[in-house]
Amino acid sequence: MKTDFRALHGLDLPLLEQFGRYVWDLLHLDFGESLRKARPAIDIVLEAYAWTLPLALITMGLVVVSAIVLGSLAAFRVGGFFDRLVSIVSLVGASAPDFWIAIVAIVVFALGLGWVPTSGVGTPLHWVLPIAVLFIRPFGLVVQVVRGSMLTALGSLYVKTARAKGVKNMPLVFVHTLRNGMLPVITVIGDQAAALLNGAVIVETIFGFPGIGKLMIDSILQRDFNVVLAAIMVTALAIFIMNILIDIAYGLLDPRIRH
Amino acid sequence: MADLTLAKPAKELNGRGPSILSMLWRDKLAFISAVVLILIVLFAIFGPMFLGDLATKQNLRGRNFAPFSMERGWALFLGGDSLGRSMLARLVVGAHSTILIAAGTVLAAAIVGAVLGLIAGYSGKTTSQVIMRLADVIMSFPSLLIAVVVLYVLGASIPNMILVLAITRIPIYLRTTRAEVLEVRERMFVQAAVVMGAGHARIILRHILPVVIPTLVTIATLDFAFVMLAESSLSFLGIGVQPPDITWGLMVAQGRPYLNTAWWLAFWPGLMIVITALSLNLLSNWLRIALDPAQRWRLEARKTKNV
Repeated sequence: MKTDFRALHGLDLPLLEQFGRYVWDLLHLDFGESLRKARPAIDIVLEAYAWTLPLALITMGLVVVSAIVLGSLAAFRVGGFFDRLVSIVSLVGASAPDFWIAIVAIVVFALGLGWVPTSGVGTPLHWVLPIAVLFIRPFGLVVQVVRGSMLTALGSLYVKTARAKGVKNMPLVFVHTLRNGMLPVITVIGDQAAALLNGAVIVETIFGFPGIGKLMIDSILQRDFNVVLAAIMVTALAIFIMNILIDIAYGLLDPRIRH
Repeated sequence: MADLTLAKPAKELNGRGPSILSMLWRDKLAFISAVVLILIVLFAIFGPMFLGDLATKQNLRGRNFAPFSMERGWALFLGGDSLGRSMLARLVVGAHSTILIAAGTVLAAAIVGAVLGLIAGYSGKTTSQVIMRLADVIMSFPSLLIAVVVLYVLGASIPNMILVLAITRIPIYLRTTRAEVLEVRERMFVQAAVVMGAGHARIILRHILPVVIPTLVTIATLDFAFVMLAESSLSFLGIGVQPPDITWGLMVAQGRPYLNTAWWLAFWPGLMIVITALSLNLLSNWLRIALDPAQRWRLEARKTKNV
């Protein structure tokens, strides 16, 4: 039985040959079979990505839009209502562990008020809590960068020129200043999106969300190495592609970088 | 251990002027944070001594006992856990391991990072390159993955947790120190020291290090909160501290199955984490301004206005 298993998975071969086979299979996009589920590891990983990708995209979309709008408004009136709101959310995001926010959210909104289900997937309502919990930390980080960068941009000469020409407040912030204030923001957005793609391990675990983070921690705990390896390779690839997209976005935003 | 990060700047700046403590008193938020942190450190040091027995005493009649009731004495005022142990005592005792791990990690990472950073910033190009690439290697690993692998190989224990977390935090101190050293070593007073014949050790320790330390203390305060969150996440996932040791993160994990019937099992330890991290963040914000001579006027201006 044991020898059969070793022979089946090539564990009786010399270590170097095992590694050679692994690399060769990798080049053919063959990650081997899951030890637990007896299915190709890559299929399992891609299925998990089909859940994580929309979760990460929706969350990041919300983060980017709200951080840019609220961060710009905060920078426009330093010390005003939006400024305070933004700094409170950032502080909470930096201080509260996400598993605790998730648990409190479940107790209050799912068990107490019964507005949303506690965990699992199926209806759009199932997505509300995970997205809301995942939203807080990246929002707190991105909004601070937006605020700082917009503060610098709003102090520059072309903004004064525009103001002198009689441009109204809102077009001034969102049309004239925003594009120049975006460059540092893009970097942070990239980092945060990478973290989300990497799997919101804890949030996915708590909400029983069948994404890549939950898959990774489950397979690590079950010693399902082929799935772990496949998950890491695919994640690395995804982050690599995203970094390229970020670099392209730099060029689109600022013509000076294209040279 | 955490009082080290608090006491250090106060002690150091006292020589230059007694204003740092009164500056802390003026900023009420920072002052409250400092008081809360001192309290938690006292819990961590003396908690196990006084409440250690109470925290492990089971009482099956009081299991999942609801909080805010003095019916069964003050020990169960914050409720009882699934074995009827006092939540209050467990929270205080849990501070011990939580703070121990965070303080050990921050201290180890800061010392190793600062020493390597001083060497990298001060010495020639080759040494500097080797050290910086080492930092790159550490930074390119996802920290959760390192933690899982190392804790699996070495076994999950408190010293191993400190080791794993410290390794992942070193680059932050290293890079900051190096960047500061590169800038400071070009300044006039360092060149004057060189001209006057001071040795390398003297220049680094007496002239460069004092300029770098305030920045490091500020980062360490912020990092303390981060490490605490990382530790509690690991413990929450079950690959960190193992029972019978308790940390706040582990207590949240243990309370999760009872969410529907006993919310307080997971709520209190989480709240402790939030309070501690919040205080650290607020204090670090204040330290950043107070320890920076270029920005200190903001606090001092407020002082003269009040007087």
